[in-house]
Amino acid sequence: MVLEFTPSGIYCPAADAYIDPWRPVPRALITHGHSDHARPGMGAYMATKAAAPVIHHRLGGDIRMETTDYGVTHRIGDADISFHPAGHVPGSAQIRVEVDGEVWVASGDYKVIDDGLSEPFEPVKCHTFITESTFGLPIYDWPDQDVLARDLNDWWRGCVAEGKRAVLGVYALGKAQRILRLLDPSIGPILTHGAVEATNSVLRAQGLALPDTVQVVDGIDAKSHPDAIVLAPPSALGTPWMKRFGAVSTGFASGWMRLRGVRRRRAADRGFVVSDHADWKGLNWAIEQTGAERVFVTHGYTAQFSQWLREQGYDAGIVQTEFGGEDLDEAEENAA
Amino acid sequence: MKDFAALFTALDQTTKTSVKTAALTEYLAAAREEDRVWTIALLSGRRPRRAITTTKLREWAAERAGIPLWLFEACYPVVGDLSETIALVLPEPETRIERSLSDWIATLRALDKADEAERKETILAAWNGLPPTERFVFNKLITGGWRMGVSQKLMTRALAKATGIDDAELTHRLMGDWTPDSVSWDSLIEAPDPTADLSRPYPFYLAYQLEQEPHELGPVNDWLAERKWDGIRGQLILREGERYLWSRGEDLMTDRFPEFAQLVDFLPSGTVIDGEVLAYDHAADAPLSFNKLQARIGRKTVPKKLLTEAPVILMAYDLLEWHGADLRQAPLAERRATLESAIEALPPELPIRISPRVEAKDWDGLAQARAISRDIGAEGLMLKRLNAPYLAGRKKGDWWKWKVDPLTIDAVMIYAQAGSGRRATLYTDFTFAVWNGNDLVPFTKAYSGLTDAEFRQITAWVRKNTTDRFGPVRAVTPHHVFEIAFEGIQPSPRHKSGVALRFPRIARWRKDKPLQEANTLDDLNQMLEIYG
Repeated sequence: MVLEFTPSGIYCPAADAYIDPWRPVPRALITHGHSDHARPGMGAYMATKAAAPVIHHRLGGDIRMETTDYGVTHRIGDADISFHPAGHVPGSAQIRVEVDGEVWVASGDYKVIDDGLSEPFEPVKCHTFITESTFGLPIYDWPDQDVLARDLNDWWRGCVAEGKRAVLGVYALGKAQRILRLLDPSIGPILTHGAVEATNSVLRAQGLALPDTVQVVDGIDAKSHPDAIVLAPPSALGTPWMKRFGAVSTGFASGWMRLRGVRRRRAADRGFVVSDHADWKGLNWAIEQTGAERVFVTHGYTAQFSQWLREQGYDAGIVQTEFGGEDLDEAEENAA
Repeated sequence: MKDFAALFTALDQTTKTSVKTAALTEYLAAAREEDRVWTIALLSGRRPRRAITTTKLREWAAERAGIPLWLFEACYPVVGDLSETIALVLPEPETRIERSLSDWIATLRALDKADEAERKETILAAWNGLPPTERFVFNKLITGGWRMGVSQKLMTRALAKATGIDDAELTHRLMGDWTPDSVSWDSLIEAPDPTADLSRPYPFYLAYQLEQEPHELGPVNDWLAERKWDGIRGQLILREGERYLWSRGEDLMTDRFPEFAQLVDFLPSGTVIDGEVLAYDHAADAPLSFNKLQARIGRKTVPKKLLTEAPVILMAYDLLEWHGADLRQAPLAERRATLESAIEALPPELPIRISPRVEAKDWDGLAQARAISRDIGAEGLMLKRLNAPYLAGRKKGDWWKWKVDPLTIDAVMIYAQAGSGRRATLYTDFTFAVWNGNDLVPFTKAYSGLTDAEFRQITAWVRKNTTDRFGPVRAVTPHHVFEIAFEGIQPSPRHKSGVALRFPRIARWRKDKPLQEANTLDDLNQMLEIYG
């Protein structure tokens, strides 16, 4: 097999390298910087130029890192390896591996719509495609991004009118910056939690254009920025950190907000349906575009989605991984 | 239905009672009369008869969404709500139909007489003409099980604000056996005729659990103490030769308890008694276990054998109406005195008793009386202020439950299942086991008692420690010990462990306790011997 599924992660014997391994290995090919994909302790890392700064920021500057542009083929051992845009977060990649004319693509996490921030998803022809299925059920259907932008800004304006601070829970890498670019700065200033701002700085430094933000530090409170919206990791919502803002309206931005039960459980005032993972239609479209005959389904609704794919004529199987995907619990644990 | 859907969204988007009340008040003030009546009906658990089976709804929704039925069924447990699942899988609507809430309800009710093809056509047309929230609300109208995060209390408060009518008075007006067909806005809310509905009960007065030390309630002589009996709270209404028995949940239970028919001949018309329905051992003059009563609860009609095995009585707590006069504003001391003399005058073989006063000269004495509650089949004491009126709903101050502490046992979690609705993505339903030698024997399920944060934590753990799957249930590595609290224990041949618990819930997560130190089946059997 071009790629094998081992306890340490997805392994390419021809290249003697692992894709997004979750245990320390000599050589790791990393799809993107989220902590369930880029883990510490690898002998050497390889990632796209755009993904590398965040990985350095999170894992330390002293890791051994080789970077690549998208679409450039690298001969590693007996394998030809290239990275292609996955549209998930800035710098995120699908990894194409070709050995003796057989092509596999490990897609990591992906979404197929252009979010205006990440390099847009690029379908890659292959024989075997490894897909996530975080939102692999037909109940997940994302609204258009302009509808999302309108809802977000309407909510923010409404909060200002009511004299409340809008506080939005977002993942620090990807989601936060995507939301930032949708906000209408004419409404007021955008305040950020330290965890969000740290990632902002890394991405700004690599040339990504983001609107101006003000990091929340001691002395910044409700009175100093009455028209502000606050972006914070989900874990900060409902903690004493929030007290400084006085009366707030809380929002949470995630694909899970599609479900009323989850919206209510989060006890946020508003839920915005937005995800950096593909929805049901997106997953199906992406798989079709690859022309693959065989599909391996990783984290998410693996059993249901693989059965569906088999009924559509694919040779589909499930792979157990330790990727969390856009997981509510994960969000909670990682965001701090 | 746009306004109603907007109300739904407004209620759904906040957890704050004040905001909910305001949204509802605003809606009630602006909506058309028939929509108002239907809204009140829906929010108080009255729904139109289901014209379409959920099986059909599932089939049609899957077909319209272009997915196989099994995939629709796989979505349902994730969403946790059928109406929402349908709304989410359907493609975007292609048209826009604008109709009022009551018009839609009329449309649905007309389907009662339609054939299947017409039903399907109507439903598919509605799905194709309603935006997502209205579509969800529409499905809710069909399937019932309506919960909008609005309690009856909150709804009544909003109604009081919208109409200027007193809260408690409205609570009373909204009780009983009405439907939107039998009432109008005027006859229900504005100008009700008190004789129109003989069966109409008074709102139950409900107590909170005592939080402070009992002596902080003041002199013991200001209080009536009585047993908190372990049966079904009921309100018995005798008016004009008819009798009605209402449960606290506003279910009419009259036919389930034919014993009370004879009371009509002995008590005056216009008598309303608040009490507890108990299975009763007449020979011993003592209540039977709740277990016995349970056999009666599920039966709409009662076979003779069951009537002799588990006869019921009404343990009378309070007198709300006497000779047709509403006594609720009179102090308890007065109501109680009238009740006592009325019951004392009755032949003793009638199925009614006065709930005895528990007398003590001080709070310590009452505490001692409370301690033996479980031995006599009670759950604790009730404390009621003697000079207080009979209020409507759950109110603090004059009535307190002073329950005995629950029984507890430390058990090992062995299975987990995802919750539904609000908790659809969390593992919240657990099966617990105790040791029997080296084996773990499952003995109860419990699905409440942890915080959302704890549920999230255990959910993450369950995902990583699943050893086997049976449909939606996951077997997990035995590791975590929980303290399970419960109110009673009964023998049960249906359970592997041989016991069944009453009101089991998670008291706390015993992270401090190693697996081996969980309780044993012997411990459970001992409890069964003492309290069963």
